[in-house]
Amino acid sequence: MATTEAAVRKREVLEQAVIRFVGDSGDGMQITGSQFTNTAALYGNDLATFPDFPAEIRAPAGTLPGVSGFQLNFASSDVFTPGDAVDVLIAMNAAALKMNVADLKPNGILIVSTDNFKETDLKKAKMTVSPLEDHSLDAYRVFPVELSRLTRLALKELGLDAKSMDRCKNFFALGMCYWLYNRPMDSTQRWLEDKFKSKPVLVEANKLAMKAGYAYCEATEQFQVSYEIPPARLTPGVYRNISGNTALALGLVAASQKSGLKLFLGSYPITPASDILHELSAFKEFGVMTFQAEDEIAAITSVIGAAFAGNLGVTTTSGPGMALKAEALGLAIATELPLVVCNVQRGGPSTGLPTKTEQADLLQALYGRNSEAPVPVLAPSTAGDCFWVALEAARIAIKYMVPVIVLSDGYLANGAEPWKIPSLDELPEIPVKFRTEPEGFLPYARDPATLARPWVIPGTPGLEHRLGGLEKQEGTGNVNYEPLNHERMVRLRAEKVERIAQDIPDVVPAGDPEGDLLIVGWGSTYGAITAALRAQRSKGRKLGHVHLRHLNPLPRNLGEVLKRYRKVVVPEMNLGQLLWVLRARYLVDAEGLNKVQGKPFKQSEIEAKIEEILK
Amino acid sequence: MTATLPVYTKKDFQTDQDVRWCPGCGDYAILSAVQSVFPELGVPREKFVVVSGIGCSSRFPYYMNTYGFHSIHGRAPAVATGIKLARPDLEVWVATGDGDSLSIGGNHTIHMLRRNVGVKVLLFNNRIYGLTKGQYSPTSEQGKKAKSTPYGSVDRPFYPLSLALGAEATFVARSVDVFQAHLKSTLRKAAAHQGSAFIEILQNCNIFNDRAWESLTEKDVRDDHTILLEHGQPLVYGKSRDKGIRMSGINLEVVALGNGVTEKDLIVHDERHPNPAYAFLLSRMDEHPGFPSPLGVLRAVDAPRYEDGMNDQIDAIVARKGKGDLAKLLRAGDTWEVK
Repeated sequence: MATTEAAVRKREVLEQAVIRFVGDSGDGMQITGSQFTNTAALYGNDLATFPDFPAEIRAPAGTLPGVSGFQLNFASSDVFTPGDAVDVLIAMNAAALKMNVADLKPNGILIVSTDNFKETDLKKAKMTVSPLEDHSLDAYRVFPVELSRLTRLALKELGLDAKSMDRCKNFFALGMCYWLYNRPMDSTQRWLEDKFKSKPVLVEANKLAMKAGYAYCEATEQFQVSYEIPPARLTPGVYRNISGNTALALGLVAASQKSGLKLFLGSYPITPASDILHELSAFKEFGVMTFQAEDEIAAITSVIGAAFAGNLGVTTTSGPGMALKAEALGLAIATELPLVVCNVQRGGPSTGLPTKTEQADLLQALYGRNSEAPVPVLAPSTAGDCFWVALEAARIAIKYMVPVIVLSDGYLANGAEPWKIPSLDELPEIPVKFRTEPEGFLPYARDPATLARPWVIPGTPGLEHRLGGLEKQEGTGNVNYEPLNHERMVRLRAEKVERIAQDIPDVVPAGDPEGDLLIVGWGSTYGAITAALRAQRSKGRKLGHVHLRHLNPLPRNLGEVLKRYRKVVVPEMNLGQLLWVLRARYLVDAEGLNKVQGKPFKQSEIEAKIEEILK
Repeated sequence: MTATLPVYTKKDFQTDQDVRWCPGCGDYAILSAVQSVFPELGVPREKFVVVSGIGCSSRFPYYMNTYGFHSIHGRAPAVATGIKLARPDLEVWVATGDGDSLSIGGNHTIHMLRRNVGVKVLLFNNRIYGLTKGQYSPTSEQGKKAKSTPYGSVDRPFYPLSLALGAEATFVARSVDVFQAHLKSTLRKAAAHQGSAFIEILQNCNIFNDRAWESLTEKDVRDDHTILLEHGQPLVYGKSRDKGIRMSGINLEVVALGNGVTEKDLIVHDERHPNPAYAFLLSRMDEHPGFPSPLGVLRAVDAPRYEDGMNDQIDAIVARKGKGDLAKLLRAGDTWEVK
C-alpha cells in the first residue's frame, strides 16, 4: 500500500534550500510564498525572501509580462540572501516556466502544472513546442502534475464553480511543498481561517486543496525522497517574520512612543511604499494619525505643518514622489523642523520599474535640491534593520531639528526575514524639549553642541514667531538678505548636519580589519555582500566589509578604514553613486560593481568581482 | 479655573517688521482689517497661526504678531491642514493670492475645502502676478495684456467663488479691500464659522493691474454694479435700490422693481441653503454682463470638520481597544522562541 511505502521512503537532511513559486499574477504566488515562509520561520529556519511581481495588477493571464514569483531561501545556518539559484521551482504555467527555468540548478526539482501547457498557453508564452515534450528540460527532475484537475477533484463535494476551484490550485502546490520539506500545515490553516472568516467555504476549499497536495505526494510515488531542514541556531530570543515596510512602520510607532510625540504620517500612495501607509493607518490606538494627502507635495507640506505644531512628522514615498517633495524638503531645511522622509527606492528614471528594486536615489537624497541643502541620510541594510533605522532617523531629526531621509528599497520593503523582537528597554531614548521660556527667546538661537534651534510650538504664550523659506537672520530669524548673513546661515546649516558625525558610531569592518580588499556597501546589498565575504574569506582571502548605515554625514573614521586595504570595491544597484561620493571625498581609487536590473545582487556576482580584482 | 484673556488691541497683532508692500497696495487695508478683527475674537494671541504661500499677499504672516508660517508657493492649505490636524485647538488662517491658491496651489485649495478643514482662507484676488512683476493670473480676464501676454491672454479665467463652491466649501464669501466695514464684518463671520471658510477679497494692485476692480469700487457706480448679500433679505441692489434678482427657469434674472414687480418676486437670500447650486448661481453673476457682482456671504452651512473627524476616529479606537501597547504590537502575529 502507498502509505507503507511512503513511510519507508528516504528522508534526506539538508542544510539549506531555495524554492521559487512562479505563476500568473492571478495565481496567488505571493500568498503561497508568504505561507511557506511563515511556516519555515515558525519552524525555526533562518530565511530570506524575494517577492518579484509585475507592476500591472493583472497583466493578461498566462502571458510573459504577467509572471509573478516568490523565492525563498531557508536553512539551518545563517541566511543572507534569497539565494542565487533555485533547488525547487514550482511553475504554474508555460510563461512562468519560460521566464524562470534558467535559474533552476541542474538536476533541480521542477514541479509543473501540466494543465496550463495547452496550445493557447504556449502561444501566450510565445512558445511553439511544449517544453514538456521537447527534452529541453532533461537537465532537471521534472514532476508534471495535473494541478487544476486534481484540485477540482479534491473540491468536487463543495459545490464551487470551476473558476473558484481553480483559484485553490496554488494551495495544492503549497501542500506538495509542505510534504516535500516535511512541514506542518497548521499555521497556514490558521491563516486561512482568519483570512476567509466571512467565507467559510473558501477556508474549507483551500484547506482541502492543500491537504490534497500533501496527500498526493504521500500517495503517489513521484517523489522518492523528502527533505528535512533543521532549525537554525539563531541568537536566543522571540522572533517574528518581518518585511522592511512593516519594520519601518513599527519603528516609526516605536519612535513616537519613545519620544512621546504624536506620529503624523502624511503620504500619497506609491509603489513600493504604500504598505507603510497601510500599516500605520491601522495603529490608531497608538494615536497615529495618517493623512492620505491629495498629492506628494501636500503629503510633505502637511507634515511640515504638523512638525511645526509639535508632532513627529513622517512622510513616505518612492523616487518619483521624492522628486516632487524636493522643494518642500528645502523648506524643512530652512525652517529647521524635524521630519522623517522615507524613500522606498524603485527602478527609474521617471516611472521606471515601480515594483522592482534599485539604489539609484542616493545622489538625489544627498544633493537633489536647489542650493546648499544638506540633510542627514540613513539606509537600512536588512528588512529588520528598517525598524532600527526608523528610530535612529527620528532621534537625529529631533535632536538636530532637521529633516532626515531614510533610503529603503523595494527589495527590503517586500522581502522578509526572521526578526528578533526587541524588548522595550533595548530601544533608544528620544528626548524632546519644547521651549516654553519667553525670556531671551530667539527662534534661531542655537544649541552650542548640536547647533539645533529651539522647537517652539504654536499655542506657547509669549513665544510667537514666524518661520518661512526666506533666508533668516542668524538668531532672530527675521527675513534677511545681507550677503554675509546668508553665507553664515548656509555654513551653519551645513555644519549642523556635519556635527551629527560626532553622534554616530565609527565603522568596524566585518571580516579582516585590514587586508587586500574592502567592500563598501549600503542598503539592501548587505546580505549578498556578507555571504560573498564569508565564502571568499574561507578561501583564505583577506577581506573586509563596511556597510554604511549613515550616508550623510559619513562616519568619522571611514577615511582611515579605507586606507587599511589595498583595494576598495563598492557594489551598488546603480551606476556608482556611493562610489562617486567616496572617490570625491577620500580621494580613494575605489572601483564599482554595478547592477541595474531591478533585481538584487547574487552572492556569486559579488564573489566573481572579488576574484577578478584579486586575481 | 478659567484664565482671563488679556484685552488685546490692534497693536498687539502688529510686528516690529517693516511692511514692504508697494505704497498704495490694497494689502495694507486687508492687514489693517485683520489686525483690527483678531483682538475681538476672544482667542489668546498664541493660538493664532497665520500661514501663507508665495506672492505679495503671502508676506502677510511676517506682519502679524502671532505664530506664522511663510511656506512655499501654493502649499499653504496643505501646511495649514497639517497644523490643524495636529492641533485642532489652534486658530489657523491662510493668506494667499490668485496665483498662489488657484494656479500652483489649486489642488491643495480644492482638497482643503472638500475636506472642510477648519482653516480660514483669505484669497487676495488682484487678477495679476505682482511679485514676479506683472504676468497674467488664473483670474485675469480673457484677452489680458500683461508681461507674458503682449497680444492678450487666451485662457478663460477662474471665478474663485465658483471654484470654492464646486469644491463644496461650507463657507464662501467675498469682500473688497477698500470696503473696510464690510471686510471686517465678513472676517468676523468667517471666524465664527466651523470648518473651511473661503473669502475672496478683491484687492487692487496699483502697480501692475491698477483699477482692476474700479467698476465695483468707485462711488458713483458701485451700487449699481454690486449686490450686498444679506441672509434672509431679498436680492435688491442699485443706487436707488430699484433693481433685484429673481429666478427665471434655472437662471437668475435682473428685474427692475415697480410696474407690478415687488420685492416679493425676488429671491430671498439664504446663505444656509443646503443646495450649493443656489450659491453657485450667485457666483456666476460676475461673468454675465448686466448682472451685479455679489459681495457678502454666498454660503454658510454646517458640516463636520475634518480635524474633528480624524481625531474622533483615533479617540474612538483608543476607547474601544485601549491605548496601544508597544511590546504587544511588536509581538503581533506568529512568533517563535529560540532558546
